[in-house]
Amino acid sequence: MYVTLKLALVSTVVLMVLAAPISYFLAYTRFPGKSFIEALIYLPMALPPTVIGFYLIILMGPKGWIGSLWEKFTGGSLLFTFLGIAIASVIYSIPFAVQPMKAAFAKIDRRLLENAYILGLSKRATFLRVIIPNSFGGIAAAAILVFLHSIGAFGVLLMVGGSIPGETKVASIAIYEAVEMMNYRTAGLIALSFIPISYAFLLLINKLSDGPRA
Amino acid sequence: MTVSASFRKKLRYFDVDISLECRSGKMMVLIGPSGGGKTTIIRMLAGLEKPDEGSLCFGNDIWFDSLRRINVKPQKRRLGYVFQDYNLFPHLNLFDNAAFAAADKKEVHALFELFRIDHLKKRKPHMVSGGERQRCAICQALARHPRLLLLDEPFSALDVVTRRGLREEIKSLKGKLSCPIIYVTHDINEALFLADEILPVVDGKADYGWMQRTITREPGEGTPTRGAREPRLSLVY
Repeated sequence: MYVTLKLALVSTVVLMVLAAPISYFLAYTRFPGKSFIEALIYLPMALPPTVIGFYLIILMGPKGWIGSLWEKFTGGSLLFTFLGIAIASVIYSIPFAVQPMKAAFAKIDRRLLENAYILGLSKRATFLRVIIPNSFGGIAAAAILVFLHSIGAFGVLLMVGGSIPGETKVASIAIYEAVEMMNYRTAGLIALSFIPISYAFLLLINKLSDGPRA
Repeated sequence: MTVSASFRKKLRYFDVDISLECRSGKMMVLIGPSGGGKTTIIRMLAGLEKPDEGSLCFGNDIWFDSLRRINVKPQKRRLGYVFQDYNLFPHLNLFDNAAFAAADKKEVHALFELFRIDHLKKRKPHMVSGGERQRCAICQALARHPRLLLLDEPFSALDVVTRRGLREEIKSLKGKLSCPIIYVTHDINEALFLADEILPVVDGKADYGWMQRTITREPGEGTPTRGAREPRLSLVY
């Protein structure tokens, strides 16, 4: 469970930082080909995890451009490492961060932004001082969704990271292996631990989306 | 200081083509029917919309010049802009809203006392009345020490009594400010009460006959003259 929680936490933090500017860009700009870029960002949601895993193996393997570059600088491999599954988890969960954040940003009244500009705020300062505080519900929902999605990831992580205890063996893989070995008691205990965590986070999402603004 | 502008902008149903000039300490009221281009003009003055052609100068500073491709951002114009719907930040309390871009927070306290909302400093905008929100929006605009104050139908969402009270406050405030003030309204009483100069705007163009035509439609009422005070008109309420 330690690797699972560590992975979910890393994915959530990385995606919150990464998805915020992407979501802002998608919510507030218009340009030709925007829908193509948006569809590309949401693609991991529509693809089978094994397909994503396959392409990540190709990219992060010793002959892939990310893998070879990594090997050139560090001398190590990305596959079957925690860093490798963290990258895979981030790519796999990116739509779950961008979609609620973009919706929250787009919902903000444009006149508030105009007032911020009139009051002398740059676009960046407006983002930090007006958009972010008024999108708290959407941002929190994105963080929770990413966290839950990362906890439950299986196919992508198995392909990219394998099952190395303490390094890449996440809870979902541990359940799979326990069932394979007919060890239903262990599988049941790990599976049971998912239910309260997931339920509590979903309750939190509901509360955040129902709660009053400001 | 004087703000002087000459704008042309193509809109969907008509073209805005207007020139105006307003000196420090004076209030120019843009009046006209709804949808006549008044808000577009004030937004162009603020830099929130770009004219197709024209120029806008504040004293010796050029804020917009289509020929020289100058368009100073709203952030750099140091304006006060009171919007029709207040546009206060919902995540901040009234004091933090007013102090958002204030040079000196002590002044914000003084403004809150002047507008009699100092007991509401800690309240969020949704917890106070429309009139109190509008007072806070005026404090927010003034706390920035604006070089030009723009008010876009600031009282249109308020009830008649609150509106009359705030109108008085704006009038007394006018004497204390040393910047040009541009005020947009479709209420002739308000215009006559507040204005040093009135610019009637119909379909994006100056139409000085509009007020006369509108007022004379009302039987039994006199014709107001420019700069008239306390007119007895009941056209809008």
